[in-house]
Amino acid sequence: MDTESTYSGYSYYSSHSKKSHRQGERNRERHKSSRNKDGRGSEKSVTIQAPTGEPLLSNDSTRTEEVQDDNWGETTTAITGTSEHSISQEDIARISKDMEDSVGLDCKRYLGLTIASVLGLLVFLTPIAFILLPPILWRDELEPCGTICEGLFISVAFKLLILLIGTWALFFRKQRADVPRVFVFRALLLVLIFLFVVSYWLFYGVRILDSRDRNYQGIVQYAVSLVDALLFIHYLAIVLLELRQLQPMFTLQVVRSTDGESRFYSLGHLRTEERPCVDIVRRRPSASQEESPHQKPNRPNLDLGLLVSRTIRNIQRAALVVLENYYKDFTIYNPNLLTASKFRAAKHMAGLKVYNVDGPSSNATGQSRAMIAAAARRRDSSHNELYYEEAEHERRVKKRRARLVVAVEEAFIHIQRLQAEEQQKAPGEVMDPREAAQAIFPSMARALQKYLRTTRQQHYHSMESILQHLAFCITNSMTPKAFLERYLSAGPTLQYDKERWLSTQWRLVSDEAVTNGLRDGIVFVLKCLDFSLVVNVKKIPFIVLSEEFIDPKSHKFVLRLQSETSV
Amino acid sequence: MRGNSRRPRLSPSSPGVKTRRFCTHGRQRECVKQRVEIHKLRQGENLILGFSIGGGIDQDPSQNPFSEDKTDKGIYVTRVSEGGPAEIAGLQIGDKIMQVNGWDMTMVTHDQARKRLTKRSEEVVRLLVTRQSLQKAVQQSMLS
Repeated sequence: MDTESTYSGYSYYSSHSKKSHRQGERNRERHKSSRNKDGRGSEKSVTIQAPTGEPLLSNDSTRTEEVQDDNWGETTTAITGTSEHSISQEDIARISKDMEDSVGLDCKRYLGLTIASVLGLLVFLTPIAFILLPPILWRDELEPCGTICEGLFISVAFKLLILLIGTWALFFRKQRADVPRVFVFRALLLVLIFLFVVSYWLFYGVRILDSRDRNYQGIVQYAVSLVDALLFIHYLAIVLLELRQLQPMFTLQVVRSTDGESRFYSLGHLRTEERPCVDIVRRRPSASQEESPHQKPNRPNLDLGLLVSRTIRNIQRAALVVLENYYKDFTIYNPNLLTASKFRAAKHMAGLKVYNVDGPSSNATGQSRAMIAAAARRRDSSHNELYYEEAEHERRVKKRRARLVVAVEEAFIHIQRLQAEEQQKAPGEVMDPREAAQAIFPSMARALQKYLRTTRQQHYHSMESILQHLAFCITNSMTPKAFLERYLSAGPTLQYDKERWLSTQWRLVSDEAVTNGLRDGIVFVLKCLDFSLVVNVKKIPFIVLSEEFIDPKSHKFVLRLQSETSV
Repeated sequence: MRGNSRRPRLSPSSPGVKTRRFCTHGRQRECVKQRVEIHKLRQGENLILGFSIGGGIDQDPSQNPFSEDKTDKGIYVTRVSEGGPAEIAGLQIGDKIMQVNGWDMTMVTHDQARKRLTKRSEEVVRLLVTRQSLQKAVQQSMLS
């Protein structure tokens, strides 16, 4: 049984060679559980087992759906010596790639953070140093200054506190994404602060320390002016980093390549960004980038969280916005829904053969054109088939949905929330939500399975997740319809388990040679392993709004009739 | 086709086709007209003519099914009752009434038109009407 399951897994991989590593991994996972097939939601009986996080219909449907060609025995590549625990060439490459990624990322990210925090600490301690140094160094010669200085001390203390809180709020936020470029505004601000503080220290060192100024009040006021200026720089930072990006300037149209689902997002003003001091990856922006997702593993791609081509500048910011919204707006990518159209297309062209009767010279383009023309002209009934197939599928889905809804409603009737007073005289046994969910699950399990299988969603919902969701709905007194909504329509990607996403590694691909920021008409692509998001940037049009005042008294009306009078 | 309401023209009462020129609002139109003489029928207390009118300057001209020009606010014959005096006299449905007994009907309100037609003191009304088929008939006769 072991070898059998492994072979079918790898034959799937070999016959559909373009599929991703992820799918291969998933297959191996599924076939691992082939031993536990019997108790797992089969047609005959339903038993509730301890959840293991496996997909609900692990084997029957996937096997029938994936191994579409029945002669998998012939197409299997003989990978001898493989077992479930062996690691193949692809795995090694992948693991090494992961290791490389993690090392590169951490260094770069923490470098920026350390610089900023060192600078911040220096800046914070400067006014305190300005105030404390004179008493330490030449206490005897200082003029005493009474209440005014104390008042100034209090103001310095509070301003520093405000500055501290503001800096923490603005700068020290958890980075949402890892981007290999340094934002220019942060760099600019850090440089500005550094120069500022250095100049203040210079002045202080030359004029005050060297000459041992006696006027302590003046020194304290100098320190207060420094803190004030720092607060103003903080204000500048807020305006540059936050406020400027808020005004919307561009609209991004994001279209998913597999099913055409599209959304629109607004984006604020983006600035040009300087080249970073360290270029992590150099990639040639050539046409070969289109084939890069499917490169052989022996030339490892440095697939960072976001890989940026050398000539792309700040399109990455737009890409970040798109990706952040992708997970919550787009419905989950379901590869099972695409197979039908591919087979239809293949069948359409499959029946034609081209024979060259004019001689040995074969004109390739002429041949393909002839094939296309012939395929277009031949009267096949594939449209007919499609129509009836879709109608049949619709009917089947509706029928199963009706059965499911009825089953769930009947199941929910049996569960009633126990009021606190009634607990002593309870008719049956008292259960917590989890047990209640397990009690009513068998009556709806079969209908739910069938429905998920018909809509090809079965691998997104494991039995454990269904039970959890059911317990959740019972706890919150939800209606059966609320419980079912999650299964009746595909939801956004965030709703599902992270392992089932198929889309966590992204690659930004663009053919812009020179960019000065985002422009109207730029198109870039965010590639994932299985699909890609094509992003089209459009500028929000300049709106000219004019004002017109209409006096309410000027609304007058007449009644127009067409009356007929007989005379 | 608009008429000059201040100087209505009276012509000898001869049936037949006459051609008139009218000017109002700077627009001069020519149309072929016919004289129709209707003798009112006494029904109880009322004198009836046996047709219905529609139109008028206070009405909505775009709803008029008979007019060629949908901004024409003239008085049109919308219905002719069978066997009535209007039918006997030769009035047809869709006719536009230009004059009644010399009074102009091209720039009147609906109610004014009704009043002019239903004067109790008059037993005979002489209408000047025009219709599209008249124009075509004249053209055909000119060609042949």
